[in-house]
Amino acid sequence: MKKALGLAALAAVLACGSANAQDINVKIGVLSDMSSLYADIGGPGSVAAAKMAIADFTKDHPNVKVEMITGDHQNKPDIGTQIANQWFDVDKVDMIIDVPNSGVALAVSQVAAQKNKIFIVSGAAASTLTGEKCNANTVHWTYDTWMLANGTGKAMVKTGGDTWFFLTADYAFGHALETDTAAVVEKSGGKVLGKVRHPLNTNDFSSFLLQAQSSKAKVIGLANAGGDTINSIKQAAEFGIVKGGQSLAGLLVFASDVAALGLPTAQGLVLTETWYWDANDTNRAWTKRWQQDRPGKWPTMIHAGVYAGIMHYLKTRLAMGPGEHDGKSVVAKMKSMPTDDPLFGKGEVRVDGRVIHPAYLFEVKKPSESKYPGDFYKLRATIPANEAFRPLNEGKCPLVSG
Amino acid sequence: MIEIFGIPSQALFGQLLIGLINGSFYALLSLGLAVIFGMLNIINFSHGAQYMMGAFAAYLILQYSGLGYWPALIIAPIIVGITGVIVERLFLQWLYKLDHLYGLLLTFGLALIFEGVARNYFGSAGLPYTVPESLQGGRNLGFMFLPNYRAWVIVASLVVCIGTWFVIERTRLGAYLRAATENPTLVRAFGINVPRMITLTYGFGVALAAFAGVMAAPIYNVSPQMGSELIIVVFAVVVIGGMGSILGAIVTGFGLGVIEGLTKVFFPEASNTVIFVIMAIVLLVRPAGLFGRRA
Repeated sequence: MKKALGLAALAAVLACGSANAQDINVKIGVLSDMSSLYADIGGPGSVAAAKMAIADFTKDHPNVKVEMITGDHQNKPDIGTQIANQWFDVDKVDMIIDVPNSGVALAVSQVAAQKNKIFIVSGAAASTLTGEKCNANTVHWTYDTWMLANGTGKAMVKTGGDTWFFLTADYAFGHALETDTAAVVEKSGGKVLGKVRHPLNTNDFSSFLLQAQSSKAKVIGLANAGGDTINSIKQAAEFGIVKGGQSLAGLLVFASDVAALGLPTAQGLVLTETWYWDANDTNRAWTKRWQQDRPGKWPTMIHAGVYAGIMHYLKTRLAMGPGEHDGKSVVAKMKSMPTDDPLFGKGEVRVDGRVIHPAYLFEVKKPSESKYPGDFYKLRATIPANEAFRPLNEGKCPLVSG
Repeated sequence: MIEIFGIPSQALFGQLLIGLINGSFYALLSLGLAVIFGMLNIINFSHGAQYMMGAFAAYLILQYSGLGYWPALIIAPIIVGITGVIVERLFLQWLYKLDHLYGLLLTFGLALIFEGVARNYFGSAGLPYTVPESLQGGRNLGFMFLPNYRAWVIVASLVVCIGTWFVIERTRLGAYLRAATENPTLVRAFGINVPRMITLTYGFGVALAAFAGVMAAPIYNVSPQMGSELIIVVFAVVVIGGMGSILGAIVTGFGLGVIEGLTKVFFPEASNTVIFVIMAIVLLVRPAGLFGRRA
């Protein structure tokens, strides 16, 4: 009996040993805002999406062993940096994904470059991540400020909204969104009449809205996100901004924000997204699975981006085979392989790290047009992949000119 | 048009009025804090969470019973006030004799729990709540468009603030309360049930927070973190006014609303810091606050 046990143990050890040699071991860290204003656009929903991606991929490729850890950066760049450092150095994380809040994402992107690891952005928006601040270790999925500005800004100017006033969140993301949108507006023949920069997490916008109202601009551009956007839209309705003939341009509005506003307040709002849960059968099926983890919630494009980003990363790692690979070589390989996933379709990772896919201009439905819970948008236009994002040579990314 | 500091005077009037309206929220919240601190010597850090619970209660009342804003304005503060009474009976009553720090830590912990529970069930993005039909729209005052709801906020807040001040400073009940704070043993000797009075006072302070929460629901995003964003500012208001001073809380609440409003015009980036700058200055010059009774 003893002998048999011993043999079995030996066999098990041998089996493990031989399996290990072919295994591809990957460790992914989902770093997000788990407990504050961006927790619904990323946060636990991103973790759910990451789990789905890992489950889907390892089902077909059991030799890829994926471990996942999660963290809360609390929207503070110093905490984000500290977690990233610890994950890369101590916990041996290969890749960090998500990171809503551009301030934190820019910091984490630098850490990834210093440690020669990988950073896939889905939650953050600043276009500088693939522009002036780009590096060979960072890939930016889902969306960015240039794409939002280009989608919504152009559409508004085209329909007659040629004078603008900005309400801008006073940090990296808000500034980037305002700059990018102002450029699009001016290029399309419009004019920017003024702007006001408000602190992150402002409760009351009435003072700013009054300034916007007296500027007589036709469009009030909301270069903010999350709770700030919800508060601006809610109070703009109260102050009769839209009834008074001015229109609101939500430069970054997510499905979860529309749910928080309710259709009576949000109706008519024009916005740009790259993914919508109700756009086709694949998305609806994906959403159903996602909702098993997050009942009663609606996935955002950020969640979809986390899923797609992990899928492409794991595909790349599979193609590179077992063993250690440094961050730069993995990202280079990710750029050389075309992207193809069920949520965003076929696309590519450009040399500056920007992932290219189509974007969609939506309008929020009237309450009477909405037939079931989550029926938020009607499609106004599809922006093809080659027009949706900033042209490669305009981003001032050193990887491009160098 | 006359210009003051480069801003047309009409726009300035508008901003002053807006400042007063925001100040009425500060006044309502700091009033509850001042009542609780003045009477119970507890620094109620869960005040922001209780404000949030008021707004959530209004939402839930609408969802589950179909009752709108006006009934919620009465029912939500009562429900949240009862939770306050439970908290006082279970936890706070054991802390009165200890250092302030214990009450602060306990209520801070409770605030984190309340917020965490709300986030777990409702997410962080927020819940929809609209302005009641009877208060929709607004009127043009010439220098600005004043939404009816904002006019209602300022009136309701003034009535509640002055009413509370009157009850505590000018009536027999208020006199009992103040006496019970000074010397509970003596007041008990007169046959007054001091612990019950203290419990109800805490419940009332919490109900004030919930009342402010219902008032805020139609215009601010109803989210779990709505209170934690506001509570720090409100604490600064209470400190500037003088801890425990009811009149101080009301006057500084409105005053700082106006100052913050003006900052939003001249230097918007600093609008969330200006109150703390003032707090630092006041603490240097008058450590007991503007209306504080003793240093």
